Amino acid sequence: MKWDEFFVTGEPMIYGAMASIVLVSLAILFCLTYFKKWGYLWREWLTTVDHKKIGIMYILSALIMLFRGGVDALMMRTQLAGPDMKFLDAQHYNEVFTTHGVIMILFMAMPFIIGLMNVVIPLQIGARDVAFPRLNAVSFWLFFAGAMLFNISFVIGGSPDAGWTAYFPLAGIELSPSVGNNFYSIALQIAGIGTLITGVNFIVTILKMRAPGMTLMRMPMFTWSVLITCVIIIFAFPVLTVALALMMFDRMFGSQFFTMADGGMDMLWANLFWVWGHPEVYIVVLPAFGIYSEIISTFSRKNLYGYKSMVVSMIAISLLSFLVWAHHFYTMGHGAMVNGFFSITTMAIAVPTGVKIFNWLFTLQKGRIEFTTPMLYSLAFIPIFTIGGVTGVMLAMASADYQYHNTMFLVAHFHYVLIPGTVFAVIAGMYYWFPKLFGFRLNERLGKLSFWIIAISFNVTFLPLFFLGLKGMTRRMYTYSESTGFGPLNLIATIGSAALAIGFAILVYNIYWSFRYQPRDTTSDPWDARTLEWATHSPVPEYNFAITPNVKSLDAFWFWKKNKQPLFEGKIEEIHMPNNNGQPFVLGVIFFFFGFFMIFSWWTPAIISGIAIVIMLAVRSFERDHGHHIPVKEINKTEQQLRGDKA
Amino acid sequence: MKIDNTLPLEYQTEENSNRIFGFWLFLGAEIVLFSTLFAVYFTLWTRSGNGPTAQEIFQIKPVLLETFLLLTSSFTCGLAIHSMRLSLKKPALIFFAITLLLGLGFLGIEIYEFVTYVHEGATLQTSAFLSSLFVLLGTHGAHVTLGLLWGSGLMIQIKREGFTRDTANKSFIFSLYWHFLDVVWIFIFSFVYLKGLM
Repeated sequence: MKWDEFFVTGEPMIYGAMASIVLVSLAILFCLTYFKKWGYLWREWLTTVDHKKIGIMYILSALIMLFRGGVDALMMRTQLAGPDMKFLDAQHYNEVFTTHGVIMILFMAMPFIIGLMNVVIPLQIGARDVAFPRLNAVSFWLFFAGAMLFNISFVIGGSPDAGWTAYFPLAGIELSPSVGNNFYSIALQIAGIGTLITGVNFIVTILKMRAPGMTLMRMPMFTWSVLITCVIIIFAFPVLTVALALMMFDRMFGSQFFTMADGGMDMLWANLFWVWGHPEVYIVVLPAFGIYSEIISTFSRKNLYGYKSMVVSMIAISLLSFLVWAHHFYTMGHGAMVNGFFSITTMAIAVPTGVKIFNWLFTLQKGRIEFTTPMLYSLAFIPIFTIGGVTGVMLAMASADYQYHNTMFLVAHFHYVLIPGTVFAVIAGMYYWFPKLFGFRLNERLGKLSFWIIAISFNVTFLPLFFLGLKGMTRRMYTYSESTGFGPLNLIATIGSAALAIGFAILVYNIYWSFRYQPRDTTSDPWDARTLEWATHSPVPEYNFAITPNVKSLDAFWFWKKNKQPLFEGKIEEIHMPNNNGQPFVLGVIFFFFGFFMIFSWWTPAIISGIAIVIMLAVRSFERDHGHHIPVKEINKTEQQLRGDKA
Repeated sequence: MKIDNTLPLEYQTEENSNRIFGFWLFLGAEIVLFSTLFAVYFTLWTRSGNGPTAQEIFQIKPVLLETFLLLTSSFTCGLAIHSMRLSLKKPALIFFAITLLLGLGFLGIEIYEFVTYVHEGATLQTSAFLSSLFVLLGTHGAHVTLGLLWGSGLMIQIKREGFTRDTANKSFIFSLYWHFLDVVWIFIFSFVYLKGLM
């Protein structure tokens, strides 16, 4: 392989990206060495098994990926700003919309959600950590290896260019001969294994490690949503694993699963992809519903309306999510009966979702509503998401879908669902739980400013796309002529996207500003919230709770505050905690190289790194690590410091 | 660390009992994985293109032998766990050894079968039917291979440490895995080979 096949060449923007990657990497290495932070980085972060730190690393990675995916989006919008633009060529545009989709769904939405899960779930159920802390670190490092692998594709080897759905035969070796789609199959596979492990880990955590007295129906709604989400993960992700493996066999080993000759069936890919892909939508949206439930109930100063119906509707959604996948390809001709079936199941999902919307509205009714930043996002979510939902029902009608299919109308629809449904939720969740992690709130003024910019410019960006779609503009077209009349609406959308970028920039600046200037909270419960995570100190000590809470009702912390219902009974005892370990990080690094060699079909190094993975598993099996105990004296000292007692 | 001495050895610590529960969940994911592979196979098994059909390449004899070996290994694996429950280290080790040897025999025949197919011109690349056959059988075979490595490592640990809470826990989880592979094989035997031969 020649070097100009290895590196992506011939694009000034790519050279700029390469130079900036090298410079930033050097700067990071220099800073770490200059400030003598290598040991700190290794001890506190790379080897950590603490769910809170792993959560922070997930969220940080998600924010970086949000930036990367956002830049992709801005490039697309620039190219479409006017007719016959020459900013990107067709190939580059294909690569950009592919990476935008993959990164936003799998490397932004998922890790952001999983990050919040990591931070919040053990605290909400009164546990010391997740069930398998070491495995949790493995999950993170596999996700991270997959994300990095996917991201280097744009300077090394070339990005995948067959869309985030990678439909065959386009994504096959015949029509996409570059390594781009190998990156897709291998990088997603590695990250996907991490997600599957997370699913197992959190089900065990939630079912087995709840504080005494916390029955299933006393669990906070976010915990419920995560439990259901993890069940979906366990049933959906293995399908992706298989689909990606078959893709790998087709592309690298010449098998005939999705080819057009020798019996292959290209539609099989579409089916497998969406059997995973549609539940995946609910994997990112159900936890978001959980976050909104917490925030809306906290800032309405009321308990959540219709708790049981919330749970039932989420379970209904999780079941239905597996019965709707064919609505992504009504036009591929599977007949009226099949289309009819999937049309009905799809519309049926609107029912439990509607139940949830009404529950939130009834929670708000007669509440003492406080308009904080997380609450603003939650309130904006309801109407915007409803537009996304209603257009979803329009798309669900199979016969009408022939008109909308693969148009900008669809693009507008899923952005109207995913951005308020997931992005607003994770931002709201970040604002809401930030003080728990760091001991101070993000600045409210900057927060509200960025909220209004984001909420308004979101609509400016995506509302025109509905009309463009109805006018006949298809998705993924990289340019259009002036006579189509698509120009003005596209220009509005592009202006909106620029404003959206400013909104996100203010959000990031807010994090920086608040770290430097925001006054530290003296209370561990700045929002006057209801659930257990607010019952411990902020920032949370390593062991979460000095005394395991004893839960007597739903919203036990609230009733402890208001009615003096006892919560912490018993005295401080020795606490058993897991030890830090570097193996998950090393495993992630090996997986990165294994994936890289596989992508380029460099078999010898791939086999060597494959063996290294097996050795790592064996090392873990032969190791005996029973963790350590924190003595009572040390806990007392930490507790005194956190309470601010004078020594 | 909470310890409950009334439970069987492998369940006694909270962490270990969580491990068993977690592994059951993982097996749930494995069921979905194999179900998907079966679905792919059922979709493609009549689409043999220019290559041979199932009826032309399947032979009942090696398959029956494979089935016999793997089902017996599942039985001896059960005996190993039974010995573990009775705290009999040596019989447990012997039964584990027999289990792994039977597994190795299974794998040997499967590899022989694959080589025969390839010699007859039936490769992964020949047709969609053969691609799905090789990947379904190969995934199962890869699981058995991993099981052999895992089981060998486990035997070394039992030999060194005897049955402690840790090794008992690992043995029990290994047995779950091994029985699961057996169940998958029963489906492969019935719905791939017998159906294909009919």
